Amino acid sequence: MTRAWKVFWTLVIAVPVVVLTAWGLQDNARLFVVTFLNGLTLASLYFIVASGFTLVFGLMRNVNLAHGSLYLLGGYLGFFTAQFSGSWLLALAAGFAAAALVGLAMQVSIFRFMPGQDLRQTMVTIGLSIVIADILMWAIGAQVHQMSPPPWLDGPIRNLPVIRAYSTYRFSLLPLGIVIGVALWLFLNRTRVGMMIRAGVDDRAMLAAAGVNVNLVFATTFAIGAGLAGLGGVIGAVELSMVPGEDTRLLLASLIVVIVGGMGSVVGAAIGAAIFGLAETYGLAYAPTYSVVFTFVILVLVLAFRPRGILGRPA
Amino acid sequence: MESGKRTFVRTLVAVVVVVAAFSAGAFAQAPPVKIGLLATLEGPFAAGGQDSMRGAELAVRQRNGVVAGRKIEIIKASSDAKPDVAVNATRKLVEQDKVDIMVGPLSGSEGIAVKEYSKTQPSITFINGSSGAQATTLVNPSPNFFRFNTDGGQWMVGVGKAALDKGYKKVMVIAEDYAFPYSQVQGFMTEYCKLGGKVPVKAWVPLGGKDYASVIARIPKDVDALAVVLGGADAVNFLNQYEQAGGDKPIIGGSITVSQDILNYKGKRRESLVGTIAGSPIADAYEAPEFKAFVADYKKNFPDGYPSPSLFALVYYINMKATLDGLDIVKGDLSDGQKKYRDALAKMTLKTPVGDVKLDGNRQAIGTTFVTEVVKDSQGNLYNRVLKKIDNVNQTLGVPPSEFKVGSRDEPNCP
Amino acid sequence: MSAANWRRAMNLQNPRPAATNSPAPAREARVRRFAFENPVRARHVIVLAFLLAYPWFATPFFTYQIAAQALALGLIALSLTFLGGYGGMISLAQMTVAGIAGYMVAIFGTAATDGVTLGWPWWLAVLLGLVIATLAATFIGWLSVRTEGIYTIMITLAIGVAFYYLVLQNYTVFNGFQGEQKVFPPVLGGVYWRDATPFYYLALFWALAGYLFVVYLVRTPFGIALQGIRDNPRRMHALGFNVTAHRVAAYAVAGVIAAVGGVLFTWYNGLVTPGSVGTHWLINILIIAVLGGMRHPVGPFLGAIVFVLLQNFAIDVIDRERFNLVIGLVFLVIVLFSRDGLLGWWTALSARLSTQRGATTWKAARGRLYAR
Repeated sequence: MTRAWKVFWTLVIAVPVVVLTAWGLQDNARLFVVTFLNGLTLASLYFIVASGFTLVFGLMRNVNLAHGSLYLLGGYLGFFTAQFSGSWLLALAAGFAAAALVGLAMQVSIFRFMPGQDLRQTMVTIGLSIVIADILMWAIGAQVHQMSPPPWLDGPIRNLPVIRAYSTYRFSLLPLGIVIGVALWLFLNRTRVGMMIRAGVDDRAMLAAAGVNVNLVFATTFAIGAGLAGLGGVIGAVELSMVPGEDTRLLLASLIVVIVGGMGSVVGAAIGAAIFGLAETYGLAYAPTYSVVFTFVILVLVLAFRPRGILGRPA
Repeated sequence: MESGKRTFVRTLVAVVVVVAAFSAGAFAQAPPVKIGLLATLEGPFAAGGQDSMRGAELAVRQRNGVVAGRKIEIIKASSDAKPDVAVNATRKLVEQDKVDIMVGPLSGSEGIAVKEYSKTQPSITFINGSSGAQATTLVNPSPNFFRFNTDGGQWMVGVGKAALDKGYKKVMVIAEDYAFPYSQVQGFMTEYCKLGGKVPVKAWVPLGGKDYASVIARIPKDVDALAVVLGGADAVNFLNQYEQAGGDKPIIGGSITVSQDILNYKGKRRESLVGTIAGSPIADAYEAPEFKAFVADYKKNFPDGYPSPSLFALVYYINMKATLDGLDIVKGDLSDGQKKYRDALAKMTLKTPVGDVKLDGNRQAIGTTFVTEVVKDSQGNLYNRVLKKIDNVNQTLGVPPSEFKVGSRDEPNCP
Repeated sequence: MSAANWRRAMNLQNPRPAATNSPAPAREARVRRFAFENPVRARHVIVLAFLLAYPWFATPFFTYQIAAQALALGLIALSLTFLGGYGGMISLAQMTVAGIAGYMVAIFGTAATDGVTLGWPWWLAVLLGLVIATLAATFIGWLSVRTEGIYTIMITLAIGVAFYYLVLQNYTVFNGFQGEQKVFPPVLGGVYWRDATPFYYLALFWALAGYLFVVYLVRTPFGIALQGIRDNPRRMHALGFNVTAHRVAAYAVAGVIAAVGGVLFTWYNGLVTPGSVGTHWLINILIIAVLGGMRHPVGPFLGAIVFVLLQNFAIDVIDRERFNLVIGLVFLVIVLFSRDGLLGWWTALSARLSTQRGATTWKAARGRLYAR
């Protein structure tokens, strides 16, 4: 893209944003700032869930449409762990571990035997998602499960400058998302396993030729990706509650975040999550009737002009 | 050997003939009456759907599975709150399983679609489950679709006055953007606006949204209360997020906002719910002996159900009871296109655990509504106590039919 | 190597010996002049006879809710099979196109009074519905044409979900959550076309038309070029084909098929609501297409029959509330154990049987080649 075009696109995007920000601040500053925080915190949740999805796709070209069911599984298990042990951190670990185990089982027993058949793998994940969702509803029932935040995150933070008060737990999602994002980046870029994963994303055949146990790397990646979904589930169980049907909602959100940001890129997932989270919350605050249509239109526009997402790699 | 074998074969044939004769004799008795039962067992109202099946089954069990000398056969079907799925399930029950009477569906828009289908099957009687949209019986009613429960607007009668009595002069409405909340908001605002209340902001949330942070941010500082008409998981989410964000305004609930299936969500009981007023066809702490007997029966038959039957259980129970009482009146006679049965249904006064129900000209119920308040019992369970009981609520809410407008996003309005 | 040796070596590359007698090439040339490669086989005649005679021995329920619904759904899934199997572009927006056709028929034609309806004559409404839906499909194609693989799935899913939320929230045109009710086919020639048997024949006529159209289209230069683009777009571009135009045209053709299926499906349901074009249905069409097999136009119809049977009778087979599990498991089994759905099992079976019968290897291979 030439310099002139870059300047043009920057202006096209930046000018309306600046103008709208100015208008929003002078119209109702509290609403504007609260919505901004809401958007970023929601984006953190989406990022945590979507990062697992993009990791799995980036390495194995496997579109895991059972990602939402893993979210649900992790959330329910985290809920029951918290109920029995009273510890939210233990619940986080339990949710991560449960989803990681199930993901590992799926990779080792099913996906390992259909390398390269992308559409077939996708269809299998669709079937798995239906089956897992129904088993969960059978075992746990259709009741709403609302997890409580830990006592040190309960209640609002009061006496804030413009916005008066904000939910502590919701606010804590932001540092949590950043921590997980940085940890993931460090894992991918500063460890040996991460190096193998990145090499595999670029060229699977060469990785195998270099003597690495590719199946082991795949299994590890799938387990981590699934575990991140479960972790997101436990976090979401507090903020958004667990109910059958959450799986499709979060799956759709993950898909959008990853597509906008670019498949296979963790930084892309962060950017995509920020765009999507902010668009959704600003839409709900200022134009609720067509807010969701608006967010999907953004997705369509991004894909129409950058078919692989903002930071995407070839499929 | 040969003669032994011949004897054996002859005995066998004789036994078969005798058994056949007895079976034929058995068929000479009255055939069972087949009743189709449709509720949402998947999707957003799955929990309500499960309880509605319990309510309907209770009505059958109270009669030991027999009505007017005929055995009752219930054939269940499921939908997911989508009209086309509901119509497909209904069509299967009616045309494939050949039910005589159809009871269902659960949600508002399904009811309208099933009503349209009922017009194509004039010789089957359709009785509502719990669908509460006004348009089902008010606009283009069907001659063989009967609704023995009051609709969403009727359920909110009395709440407007109760809100003003509590001192809420300005209320913000937060409700989902579809037909059932429209009718609930209309039921509330018709009375509230007439008595001088003001509704400066109405926030219509798209269906399926779980993130209420933006709506909460829009709540103006000067409203006295929030009228929240959300159901299922959405209600739990909103209440949770509102409290976490430091909100402390009192809440006026819709009928499904503080129903038992919500008050029993798994998680810490929210103190903020105590004191919420709502309008509903059911009040958990209603003292009348018929209602207490109903609750005891429910608890005895369904130990895995809720501590107290939910709105869905009661309403399905009422409609199934109407089905069976009607059969009793005509002594199980469903001949001649079920004409006698329908006449009996249209004319009867149904005795329900919460009062008497009669049908109006559109085969819509005129019944009882409660204004309730949420309280906590000694074990820490939340339930609804009765603030006021209003009888003979009709579908046009006391407004002359020519002036009555079905609720929508902009109707009624009193900023 | 001498020139003669070299020529001989080159000729050996050709599986058919170059020095054949003239009659064989001439025979091949004569055969190629027929429009249809595949002759009409006995099984085609039997199936056609069965389909035509079906209403005479099936109950009205089976004719209407099972067979007619399967035919209408199969037609919509056929558009996906054409686009995905022959064009290599899996689009989840086919149900959206079908829904647009349905909505247009309801809005321009007659529907329930509380919806938006103009009340124009039914043939005009149907025509407008087909035209608008095809234009929408072309637009969707234009947006999606630069993507490939999973990105196509995603962008079409996003378009589908955007449309769902549009019709859910908009009351002035689409009547929001309520949707358009009472959308019925007309009474024509004294026959009410929504009765079980007439509607079945209507659906059968259009399903056959769609099927034969696709079978014909994939043998035309356009169809062959499309398959070439599916296999190697870069080479086709180098050969001078306009890859983008071909792809968009494929979307448009698939749009026409989906639109016809959409009108039929809307008439079948008697209504069109946001739920008819929601994520659930978008994925269902994909499930139907994959279930049946994407290699041949008969696949989607097979998948539709299995799907409709499961939807209606799974609840009788298992505990009332676990029927979703049955549907999911059946789907999982078919996808796990077959490369291409039901058709994959059929081809594997017939290949195994044909080798057992001792047919020549060349004939079996040629059969598999042309089965694509």
